[in-house]
Amino acid sequence: MSQTQIPILRIGQLLLAGLPNELDDLTTAQFGEELAERLVSDGARGVLLDISKLEIMDSYAARMLTEIAATARLLGARVVVAGMQPAVAITLVELGLQLPGVGTAMSTEHALDLLTNDRSTTGGEAGHRVHPG
Amino acid sequence: MVSDDAATPVGAPLIVPITVEEHLRTARHAVRAAAQRLKLRLVDQTKLVTAASELARNCYIHAGGGELTIEEVVRDDHCRGIRLTFEDSGPGIPDPEAALLDGFSTGGGLGHGLGGARRLMDEFTITTSVTPPTGTAIVATRWVR
Repeated sequence: MSQTQIPILRIGQLLLAGLPNELDDLTTAQFGEELAERLVSDGARGVLLDISKLEIMDSYAARMLTEIAATARLLGARVVVAGMQPAVAITLVELGLQLPGVGTAMSTEHALDLLTNDRSTTGGEAGHRVHPG
Repeated sequence: MVSDDAATPVGAPLIVPITVEEHLRTARHAVRAAAQRLKLRLVDQTKLVTAASELARNCYIHAGGGELTIEEVVRDDHCRGIRLTFEDSGPGIPDPEAALLDGFSTGGGLGHGLGGARRLMDEFTITTSVTPPTGTAIVATRWVR
């Protein structure tokens, strides 16, 4: 069993993690659990997930991300994913999936902007997108 | 049940067993490699691999495993494509039409993912039997654009 360890970093009140190019079911489930524990132990208010490397997101991975965001929200934190590849976004839409409750940003910079400004990022069905400027 | 396409296989098929969870990854990688050989555009590769991932997981979770056959095929009009055949000897799908409809608006991927997988492919045929439970075969093809 190849176990991808996804490091979770803390910077101030934020947790940061970069997801690998592909998520297998076990890794995703373990990551979700570890993230929830870290949210509580580190007292984090926000989570930034860099998904710019992620090449494929099927319904399982999408559901796990949605559940991770819902869990974080219950723990008083918000989740923003940054840098989704266009092909992944197009495929998700065609698959009929959205990421309800997951904030989205074009880049980690925009995600930081979302997380550090006091704006709701989890209200919209498909999240909010921050544009440069 | 009508065959999904009138395409002829090119070369030897690649058979990938789907019996343990790790095989979902193996299946994705094998389909990705086939898509790259045919020089599919990145977005088409992504759609094909995502559909394969959905169908492989169904096969693993709902049918206790099965087998994926990956073929390069060519149509009479010389259009090439990749044909995926998922076969299992599981309990079958009671209402395939309903299974294809669900999951579109759930937003959380709570359905079978069948409808989604069908939207990502050009051809899609389900052959399934519940009584007797002789399993399910899903044949899905994506053409090179």
